[in-house]
Amino acid sequence: MSARSRELAGLIVAALLAGIALASVTIARDAEVSTSAVTWGALFLALYLAAHVVVRKTVPYADGALLPLTAVLTAFGLATIYRLDAQDGGRQAVWVAIGVAVLCGTLIALRHDYRVLESYRYLFGVAAVALLLLPSVPGVGERVNGVKLWVSVGPLQFQPGEVAKICLILFLAGYLREKREVIAQGRLKDFGPLVAIWGAAMLVIVQTNDLGSALLNFGIFLAMLYAATARALFVAVGLGLFAAGATVLYNSIAHVQDRVTIWLHPWTDERVYCALNGKLEYRQDCASYQLVKSLYSIANGGFGGTGIGEGTFTSVDGTQLIPYLRTDFIYSAIAQELGLVGAAALLLVFMVFVVRGMRVALQAQDGFSKLLAAGLTFGFALQTFIIVGGVLRVVPLTGITLPFVSYGGTSIVANFVLLALLLLVSDRANRPG
Amino acid sequence: MNGQIVRLTYVALALVAALVVMTTYWQTWASAGLAARQDNAIRRVHEFSIDRGLIFSFEPRKRLARNREREVGGKTLYFRRYPYGPLAAHVVGYSTVGRSRTGLERSLNDYLTASNQNLSTLVDRALDELHGRAVRGNNVVTTLDLDAQAVANEQLGRNCGAVVALDPRNGKVLAMASSPGFDPNDVENHYGRIAGITANCTPAAPLLNRATGGLFIPGSTFKVITASAALESRKFGPGSHFYDPGYCTVYGKKVYNFGAESGGPEVFGSVDLTQGLIHSINSVFCNIGLKLGAKAILDTAKRFGFYERPPLETPAEERQPSGLYRNGRLYYPKVDSNVDSGRLAFGQERMLVTPLQMAMVAGAIGFGGRLMEPQVVDKIVAPGGRVVEDPQPTLIRQAVSKRTAHEVAAMMRLVVREGTGTAAQIPGYTVGGKTGTAETGIVGSNTTWFIAFAGKDETSPPEIAVAVVLQNQSGVGGTTAAPIARAVMQAILQRTENP
Repeated sequence: MSARSRELAGLIVAALLAGIALASVTIARDAEVSTSAVTWGALFLALYLAAHVVVRKTVPYADGALLPLTAVLTAFGLATIYRLDAQDGGRQAVWVAIGVAVLCGTLIALRHDYRVLESYRYLFGVAAVALLLLPSVPGVGERVNGVKLWVSVGPLQFQPGEVAKICLILFLAGYLREKREVIAQGRLKDFGPLVAIWGAAMLVIVQTNDLGSALLNFGIFLAMLYAATARALFVAVGLGLFAAGATVLYNSIAHVQDRVTIWLHPWTDERVYCALNGKLEYRQDCASYQLVKSLYSIANGGFGGTGIGEGTFTSVDGTQLIPYLRTDFIYSAIAQELGLVGAAALLLVFMVFVVRGMRVALQAQDGFSKLLAAGLTFGFALQTFIIVGGVLRVVPLTGITLPFVSYGGTSIVANFVLLALLLLVSDRANRPG
Repeated sequence: MNGQIVRLTYVALALVAALVVMTTYWQTWASAGLAARQDNAIRRVHEFSIDRGLIFSFEPRKRLARNREREVGGKTLYFRRYPYGPLAAHVVGYSTVGRSRTGLERSLNDYLTASNQNLSTLVDRALDELHGRAVRGNNVVTTLDLDAQAVANEQLGRNCGAVVALDPRNGKVLAMASSPGFDPNDVENHYGRIAGITANCTPAAPLLNRATGGLFIPGSTFKVITASAALESRKFGPGSHFYDPGYCTVYGKKVYNFGAESGGPEVFGSVDLTQGLIHSINSVFCNIGLKLGAKAILDTAKRFGFYERPPLETPAEERQPSGLYRNGRLYYPKVDSNVDSGRLAFGQERMLVTPLQMAMVAGAIGFGGRLMEPQVVDKIVAPGGRVVEDPQPTLIRQAVSKRTAHEVAAMMRLVVREGTGTAAQIPGYTVGGKTGTAETGIVGSNTTWFIAFAGKDETSPPEIAVAVVLQNQSGVGGTTAAPIARAVMQAILQRTENP
């Protein structure tokens, strides 16, 4: 079976899953079977079949598993968001459609040779830094939860961090391909870029308070640096620098301190000062209520979950019990309704995606392609780790999205670009002759 | 470069695998602990979709807590109603969406929501879930006697205080009342009514179960323990001779008998230990305390259950251990000289006790020294009628020797016959008791006590033991608390007379 036939079969399975999930939601909500799930399932299939046709035309030799895996992840996200809020489900569906269109557009635009991107590496580098700092520019940046993540221009809002990540990876792939031998010699002056990027990461934290994005981008940088130079020492030095910088910032920025305190001690037995209302409250009722509620949600799922539509997310009077459920905490919602079985299945899909992505990096012939695929895949895994790990109290909680699952247009579109780039690299690596 | 990429793959996979491990941790290992947390609104709201088990009184079986179904957002939810309102509110507690749970509603939540791990419950629950029915919780039958409960509440009136009545032979709690009370039906939507409750004390704290969670100075009721310690030591007998000059000398200072502020202390002159207890003479017990030392008395108190939370099915947070307190913490002296043993012996010196503990003391003395585990749950029954839990009477320990118990019991009977506790006499029954009037340092604001046991005659084991405490009293225990104790005991004894 060729990669494309496997892709087609995979997409049909993914569409079936999406249809079943949506049907479960409507049955649980309206206590009746409706044909809408069939319609939505068919639309879902049609959307991905369109993508499949474009893939067949533009990158016929690309990996056959990546697109179906993406389809499964978006199905998880769509069903969960639709279950929480039908209107948002519709919006997310539009964003997935736009994402698929962007995927097709990227594939068509770069079908001859995506390696032209390498020559724009410095442009991408500048763009990455600019995008990361954009939310802290007065007038366009918006502060949510003490973190500047959003940019609004008129009625449009977007999270530049998601785009910045891909720009950064493109820059690093090009830059490190060019300088890897020089850097690997380990002369002091060649550490300039390393220090510069470390400085940029710290600057981003100071400017935006966005720990998650800084951790993600710096992690991607270290991973790609290691892939390019094979010097574990650089990684160690980089981690040391990051730790040192983070310690200094911890002691000087209240927001960072709060995040760490919440992470280490989400529950208190005594009432402590609550910055939200200025009174004495238990921390679980104040600063850490998001994290604590999310853990309660996950724990309530247990092994088998409550079942789709049966989870508890609102109080008896309809007030939300868990904030940011569709974005940051979508994993808590999935883990409650589908239980350990469903949550582990979702994580397994992420793992398979990571394995396939890294396989693309291994198969690629040239340094730029290898670094690009490895960077994109590692970034994908690290982003998953940071947000789900935050929700699970493995690392301090920061607001970034779960790729392909969380509600949000920028994230969906950016990740479809990531997928397009992986498919392009894969196609070139497997092209006969 | 491939070697590095392979290693990066391992790192990336390890990161995601760690998430699987942690999800497993929260959903299996930590799940029960999180579900039990009071601030877990998700679990709490989730449990409103369970047809919660009912809570009954003992014979006749009346529903102390029942459910009212309501359709909310297409789901059937089960909200709690308490048909008897404040009657047994502190024991039964409440289960609400907004204000969590207390009492048996909290401590037996697993049974009431069928989340207990008994195999039969697991099977029933799985069947309910498979059929798409609401899961039905297990029902709880308490040992409470509603008549006695009503008498206790009525007698307490607007006073702040508590009543505990139990069957000393098996530890079953027959009545447990705390005043001021509250209506558990108000907690969810009319909390203001509860916040507005006032009583003869500040703060009124209507939600506090004073019977198990209130700590009070025991005053002279503690002399029962001192007397027990004296007899156990074999250094004293019921006829041991004392001379009472109206005071006792501790560290060169005179500690006067009761009444020092009002018209001068009583002076009894030449008395024996029995007379000392009958008339509650402080100097007698003060001298015993000085001779025995604080630790000997406290060790006897420990035999009666002091220094540990009295066992009961209500939440541990609602039960306090009795003992010496220092800076709000339970304190046990390293050496005798750390504590004024003379004042300890008649129940002052930072000794704090709960009514439940004092009822246990009275019960153990009446029942030949045997201290039974108090229990307020008679049985837990599955919706189909099968018994899930059937707690049996349990002996905690032989608190004091049978002989000591009999001798102290005889003295306590004399207290009621001719001493300070005559107000507790019940015709046709033999009652033994001890009064207490603890000075809080504010004149006219005494904590008054009466602890007692009652039975058919002196040879058969008593059917009831009781402890009554009242705050902010101008009178003494014999006139304020003893009549309440009598009324509650009568309500129970009459029930056993004509079943």
